[in-house]
Amino acid sequence: MVDPSWYLTLAALLFVIGMAGMITRRNALIMFMSIELMLNAANLTFVAGGIGSGNPEGQLAMFFVLVVAAAEVVVGLAIVVAVFRRRRSVNVDDLAELRG
Amino acid sequence: MAELLFAIGAVGAIAGALTLVLSRHPVYSALGMLGTLFSLGLLYVTMLAHFVAGVQIVVYAGAIMTMFLFVIMYVGVDETLDTKESIRGQRLGAGLVILGSVGLGVALFLTNLFDWTVAEQLPTVEQLGEAGTVESIGVMLFGSGGTASGWLLPFEVTSLLLLIAAIGAVALAMSRPKRKGADNG
Repeated sequence: MVDPSWYLTLAALLFVIGMAGMITRRNALIMFMSIELMLNAANLTFVAGGIGSGNPEGQLAMFFVLVVAAAEVVVGLAIVVAVFRRRRSVNVDDLAELRG
Repeated sequence: MAELLFAIGAVGAIAGALTLVLSRHPVYSALGMLGTLFSLGLLYVTMLAHFVAGVQIVVYAGAIMTMFLFVIMYVGVDETLDTKESIRGQRLGAGLVILGSVGLGVALFLTNLFDWTVAEQLPTVEQLGEAGTVESIGVMLFGSGGTASGWLLPFEVTSLLLLIAAIGAVALAMSRPKRKGADNG
């Protein structure tokens, strides 16, 4: 039978892959999607842990994470679009004015 | 059967995530992300979490990824990004961080410092009863029989959060650069 810890292990792997994308990529959109991947890994942990421990409120936690993720995507993509209008680029390395 | 479904979902999720991180073309990245989201929806189905599975497909795979694709189309595709390291030693450092994370996870797993086993196996349909259905989620969220649950106020606050996010996005999208070519303004 499928053990809930399998789901937790898969979620940990997805989180690490998302972290790798966040660290190595320079395209703002791909970095953003990597953050979404990490949020999804956290969601999977919430649901699998909640069901495995017999507490269905883990699914409610997933619901609230989802709402926050949606709000974050809306604001983040608006920032990406605003930066693109000014710079004609989505490379985060171009935004280095505050560099000392 | 459950193992097979889990294997399909897990392989799909990992493959999509790797496509997202490794692909140079942002549209391929978005499609990999889409595959991951659908695979996670399948995994939620195997856990009998109906509501969560539906919301995963509709909100994540539907709404959020559509928005990502719109923005990718708006900003265009620049495949020359990420062809070279902009910070020296960055990829090596990232690799070390990732190896360290995986090693830490394996060490925790092997030494049993952290109890990974929440249950021996997933509950069956009979044991779980109605726990994952839309109805039971609604009762948990809103309460039943005239008594509100403790989640009702957080739920209402999320609507305020979404409103603020929508107004913020409109404000950001409406602001224009004051002068053409004034890069420092």
